[in-house]
Amino acid sequence: MMNIYRKLLTIAAVIAASTVLFSGTVYGDDDDHKWGFGWFKQSKLDVAPVNNQVYREECGSCHFAFQPGLLPEKSWRKMMTGLEDHFGDNAELDAETQKSLLDYLVANSADKSNYKRSKRIMGSLRQGEVPLRISDTLYFKKKHDEIPLRYVVDNKDVGSYSKCEACHKRAEAGSYDDDEVDIPGVGRWED
Amino acid sequence: MMKMITTLIAGLILLFTQLASASQAVDAMLKVYSDAGAGPFSAEAGQRMWTEKHRHNKTPMERSCSSCHTSNLGDSGKHAKTQKVIKPMTPGVNAKRLTDTKKIEKWFMRNCKWTLGRECSAQEKGDFLLYIQK
Repeated sequence: MMNIYRKLLTIAAVIAASTVLFSGTVYGDDDDHKWGFGWFKQSKLDVAPVNNQVYREECGSCHFAFQPGLLPEKSWRKMMTGLEDHFGDNAELDAETQKSLLDYLVANSADKSNYKRSKRIMGSLRQGEVPLRISDTLYFKKKHDEIPLRYVVDNKDVGSYSKCEACHKRAEAGSYDDDEVDIPGVGRWED
Repeated sequence: MMKMITTLIAGLILLFTQLASASQAVDAMLKVYSDAGAGPFSAEAGQRMWTEKHRHNKTPMERSCSSCHTSNLGDSGKHAKTQKVIKPMTPGVNAKRLTDTKKIEKWFMRNCKWTLGRECSAQEKGDFLLYIQK
């Protein structure tokens, strides 16, 4: 009899301890990582920055060069097979460039990334969901649901949720921290 | 000493061949278009087509080259959809323009399809190049 109590007590202790240990990661707000200094803070970027010059040129000449870690591999594969109708625009590439960019996107896609936002985006996908727009993912929607349309879509200096860098001042570096948000004509955004 | 001079000359030749100018790339492309049976080319025709408005089944609104590039080649333009700034087209203002034959063909392919709903002919591409280069 004594033995069972002891066992139950141990189980309860383990549950309590893990709740305390993991609550930070499970329930904590993403944006409260003000801790850390210097190089350590650097490694706390939200997504891996773009480090491919061809990608930067080919994709970034028309729009913000979205980090590969913002969408899963399946999304990039689908995107890269439909470049002749790329959201209504023609973005065709020669076969060689297309292959090298697809390889880059796949190798750095959200499923293969350890960066915080990549993991959160992956975690928010429904079974079988292959989003072509980052703004279609549940995680993105949740993070932007309090922002009025007039600040983004109807804001002449923004115009679309696809223009990350219009408000996220360090988006290009892979940083999407709340504290760096500056909405044109509106200013800082307090979550 | 002789070896050093040879290396230096070889290096200089390499340097100059790397610095492709707009006219070199344009000449190379005009040759390709002529070989395809097009020509003679006219900058005036290119200029006329630049602001010509097109409607096709891919677009509810009229499109032209100037929708994104403006009608002044020396001005910066804006991507019609993403609003991203497009640097001036004329090599006189933007020395990088028309220096890479691969890029010339890539953008003709994309932008002719967007604007006209089809690829441009060799004749049209030659006319555009002369106009942009002017």
